[in-house]
Order: sequence, then structure tokens, then C-alpha cells
Amino acid sequence: MRLLNLFKIATKAIILNKTRTLLTMLGIIIGVASVIAMLAIGEGSKESIRTTISAMGSNMITIQPGADSRGPARGSGGDVQTLTLANYETIKEQSNLISYITPVVNGSGQVINGSNNWPSSIYGVNPEYLDIKVVGLQSGSMFTEAEVKSASKVVVIGQTVVDNVFPDGQEAVGQMIRFNNIPFKVIGVLEEKGENTFGQDQDDVVIAPYTTVQKRILAIDHLNQIVASAISEDDAPDAVTQVSEILRSEHKLLDNEEDDFSVRSMEELISTFSSTSEMLTILLVAVASISLLIGGIGIMNIMYVSVKERTKEIGLRMAVGGKGSDILMQFLIEAILISITGGILGVLLGLGATVFIEKFLNWPTSVALYSIVISFAVCAVTGIFFGWYPARKASALDPITALRYE
Amino acid sequence: MSKEIIKIQDLKREFTMGTETVHALKGISFSIQEGEFVTIMGSSGSGKSTMLNILGCLDQPTSGVYEIDGVSMKDLSRNELATIRNEKIGFIFQSYNLLARTSAIENVELPLLYNSKVTTEERRERAIKALEMVGLGERLHHTPSQLSGGQQQRVAIARSLVNNPVMILADEATGNLDTRTSYEIMSLFQELNKKGITITFVTHEPDIATFSSRTVVLKDGEIMQDYKNHNIQSAAAELAKLPKQED
Repeated sequence: MRLLNLFKIATKAIILNKTRTLLTMLGIIIGVASVIAMLAIGEGSKESIRTTISAMGSNMITIQPGADSRGPARGSGGDVQTLTLANYETIKEQSNLISYITPVVNGSGQVINGSNNWPSSIYGVNPEYLDIKVVGLQSGSMFTEAEVKSASKVVVIGQTVVDNVFPDGQEAVGQMIRFNNIPFKVIGVLEEKGENTFGQDQDDVVIAPYTTVQKRILAIDHLNQIVASAISEDDAPDAVTQVSEILRSEHKLLDNEEDDFSVRSMEELISTFSSTSEMLTILLVAVASISLLIGGIGIMNIMYVSVKERTKEIGLRMAVGGKGSDILMQFLIEAILISITGGILGVLLGLGATVFIEKFLNWPTSVALYSIVISFAVCAVTGIFFGWYPARKASALDPITALRYE
Repeated sequence: MSKEIIKIQDLKREFTMGTETVHALKGISFSIQEGEFVTIMGSSGSGKSTMLNILGCLDQPTSGVYEIDGVSMKDLSRNELATIRNEKIGFIFQSYNLLARTSAIENVELPLLYNSKVTTEERRERAIKALEMVGLGERLHHTPSQLSGGQQQRVAIARSLVNNPVMILADEATGNLDTRTSYEIMSLFQELNKKGITITFVTHEPDIATFSSRTVVLKDGEIMQDYKNHNIQSAAAELAKLPKQED
């Protein structure tokens, strides 16, 4: 009952000072809105990176020749010829944590169909490649193990290649194209995957048996990469270790020698990119939190002025029977009301800003429920924390002095 | 034999100002009976304000007895004093002290907001009744800025009545008003007093004292005079004697 009365008194005071209240709230509104929007941007980019990488095959493991090229430069791994077909076969035989594996050789060149030509990349792989990359065919079929053995001149191409060398919308499957002047029969077209997070067009590829690419196009017998997929995402880290060990013994490396290859799982890639975006999120939220803090200080400032300005009123309230605790509660409720109302408006504004960013700037966003809960809680705490000091000051006033205050 | 509302015995109040001790009240004794209209007179420095603060339970004596309605003030906490003020005293100030931009009825309701025993409906009812008593039944929803000085003081009087106090304590209640309006207010006080309400009026204006039933004169912290007024002037009659206002 008494709390309800105090609530009424506080609401009344807020309504009587509409403009001032609104200006005070503005700090909180902007603070909360920016925290929500920034978190939404951060979460959104993290999620989009994760989706893109997962779409590339989240349990994919990449084995590259040459030492780990992350960190300080150690020369390009491209020229190193430490991966061989024999390595591929040993891993395939010995590793029990791997479900699919394919050797990869790649090169670039010109795809030609009549008068249309298009620069693209060719990947020489085995049929398991599609399972590893988690990509299907929209038409035609994948080449077979037998076609790999016989180094057949067949290719599966991506949509971008189709669009560019078959501009009239002809059916690509069954047609002949030339890659670096060698004729290939198109036997399948890959599903469209679009661009990945790094802006690379995943449909601009030509896939052929690795034997064909090795012998007929590149004329090499080493491998550029071995790509495999772990039996599950959880097994990926163990698979990485296992494959490393197999390769170390295969390459007869001594204990004090560094790997002459590198094995990486997608998980590592995800964590690398996630941590970058996480850093960014933390930074954005830190900046936003500062504005929330300033909003809180704004409340304290206004409440402080308000207590000074209403000293006589406080004196009167005490004279007619208001206790110190009543006065304290009145001002505290006022501060909390301002900050919570500001919080609600801030959440709404933040959600609005998020929709705006998503729609007009095309940035991926994702509003996390926790960000709303947290900023709301922070608002309430801000109100209590910054309202406490002025409220305490008001309640400690001596009624006689307060009544005579001019 | 009427009831004793205020009982003061050998009341002292000292203030320490640095190393010096100021004796604001030097052992005062008097009592106020129910239904009395007492003026406490004195020039500045007489201890009048200190007396008022103690009577109003805003301050506590250094020593001596102060009882209001049978309750001793000795050793009461801040909160207990607040409750006594809320239930037993009605304050009226020189500068009205109404809440700005707040309607008359809400101003009058204020003391009852701090009394959790009073329901919302009862609060409203009592506020309307109090405003009707001071002749402002038609102006319940006017804010102070829409009321004249005299009307504002009437709202303040209504506010002091709303909690059915044992005593109304007025501090220079006519100090901000012109002669005509002061007489109007004094006549209202006399009316209320006739209805049995005990009034203590602190002032330094001698003509106000002529409207009361008893006068206590303070000087240098001691009672100089304490006399019953056998020739009480009627404020209403004085008002009628004033030259007509030119409208």
C-alpha cells in the first residue's frame, strides 16, 4: 500500500517533468539500443561465418605440403612436393577416424566451348570429394572410380562455368568443352553454392578425376592437397593428430624435425575467424557499454539536481509525516522508472536499428535474447546504483533545514 | 476540565556553535488545553522558531519534558517523530509550501499518502471534506498557480486538517498576505477553533494575537508573559470594517 503510494508520487514527478525525464532517458535509450545493435551485428557475423564454413564441410580436414604456413612467413607451401599419392593411400589405409578422403591437384586455365571461353580452376579429385565438400549435383552424375583409374576426360562443372561457356542456356551435360585445349565431356553440373564468406565464388570450378589432371594437364605426380573428412565433427581434432602421426612416420621425420606438411581441421578455421569477430564484438559492446554508463551518470546528475531543486518539497513531505525511507524510496523509484522506461525504449530502438542494418546495409544480424535480458538488467541496476546516492542524500536531509531552503 | 494536548516542563534547547553553546530555550514550562487558540509571540532571536520546531516534532529538546497528546517526545527516533507529525500535527507555513503543478486535492491528500491505514477512497473523501471546510469545494482541481495567495493558504489549511490532527501549528501563516486576506484567513482560523480545533499560531505580529484566546510571549529563550485574552477580536468583524475593495 505504502509502496504503491510512493510509486504514484514518483510517477507523478516524472510526468510533471516530461522533457527533462525524456532527455535523461535519452542516454539510457542510446546506450541500450547500441548494446543490442552491436551484439546483434557481432552475433550475426559470427553465425554467418560458422554457417559458411560448416557449409564447406564442418568435419573437413585439409592436409597441405610444407610446414604450417600460419604465423611468420615460411615460404609458400605451393612449391613443396612432399605430398604424394602414396601418402594418400597410407592415410586411407591406416586412419580409422576418417570417412572420406581424396587427393587434390589443382590448376587454372581456360574453359572453352566454341567461341565462349572462361578462365577457371580445375580440381583433380576422386568421387569422394563431393561427400567431403557436402555438395550435390543438380544434373548429370559424378565420375566413377573406374573413370579415375582410366584417367578419363570427363568433368563436372559449377554453375558459373555453365553460365559463361553455355550462355544460351543449353543443357551442359553431354556437351564437350576444352580445358587448356584438352577436350572433356561434361557429365554433371554441381549444385549452386554461391559466394562464401571470403567472397570466393564456389561455383566457378571444374572438377575432373585427379589422374586426368595430374597426367594430362599438370604433368606432375605429387599432390597439391589431400582433403578428408573426419567421421564426425567431434572426431576432427583427433583425426588431425592421427593423420599427422601417420604422415610423420611415412615421411620418416625425426622427433626434433618439424612437420613438412600441415593438417588443419575446419574447426580451427572456424575458431580463427570466430575469435576475430568475437574481438570485434567485444570492442563494439565495450564502446556501447560506455555510452550506457554515461547514460547512468546522466540519471545520477539529474536526480542530484532534482533533489537540490526539490529540497523544500522534501522538507514539506517530511513535515507532514514522510519518513527518511519514504523519501529514499520515492527518489529511487523515480530513478529506476526512468532507467527501465529508457531501457524498454532502448530495446525497441535497438531492435529497430537491427532490422534497419539487416535490410538496408545487408549486414548479417542476429538478436540474441540474452542481449535484451542483460541490457534490461543493466538498466535496472543502473537506476538503483546511480539513483541511490541522490536518494540517500534526500532522505538524510534535516526537515527543518529543508523547509527553510530557498 | 478539558484535555491537555501539550505539556511542556522545564524545556531547554541548546545548540553548539563551534566552541560556544547557545541557549535558545532556557527552561520553559506551559501547557495547551484542547480547544485553545494560542499565539506564541516574540521577536527574532526570542527562541520562537526553536519552540515551533520542537512543538512540531521536527526537533527534540536538549532536556525537559515535551508531551503531545500524552506521548512523550523523549528519545524518539526520526521515524517515530515522522509518524507523530503525520498523525497528530497539522502544519501551516508562511509560504504555503504547496506542491507546484499539483491540484489542490492532491496537495491536501499528501499527508494521508504517508499513512498506510488510509485507503485511496477514504483519502479522496477526506481531502474533499477538508477543502469544503476552508471554502474551496469548487476548486478541487486547480493548481497553486491558478489560485490566489489567500486561496493557496486555504489549501494549506485544508492539508493541515485532513489528518484530523490534535493541533494545528501555524508558522507566520499570514506573513505573505495583505491585510484583507490575513483577516480572511484569521477568521477562518477562528471558525475552525470554534469547531473545537486546537490552534497554535507562531507570529511576531501583535494584531494577530488579538484574535486568539491566549498569548505566550517569548524573549531571549524565556516566557515573558502568558495571558488569557478576555477581549477576543472577531476577524470577520475587522474584515467588515475595512474599506470596500475597488474591483
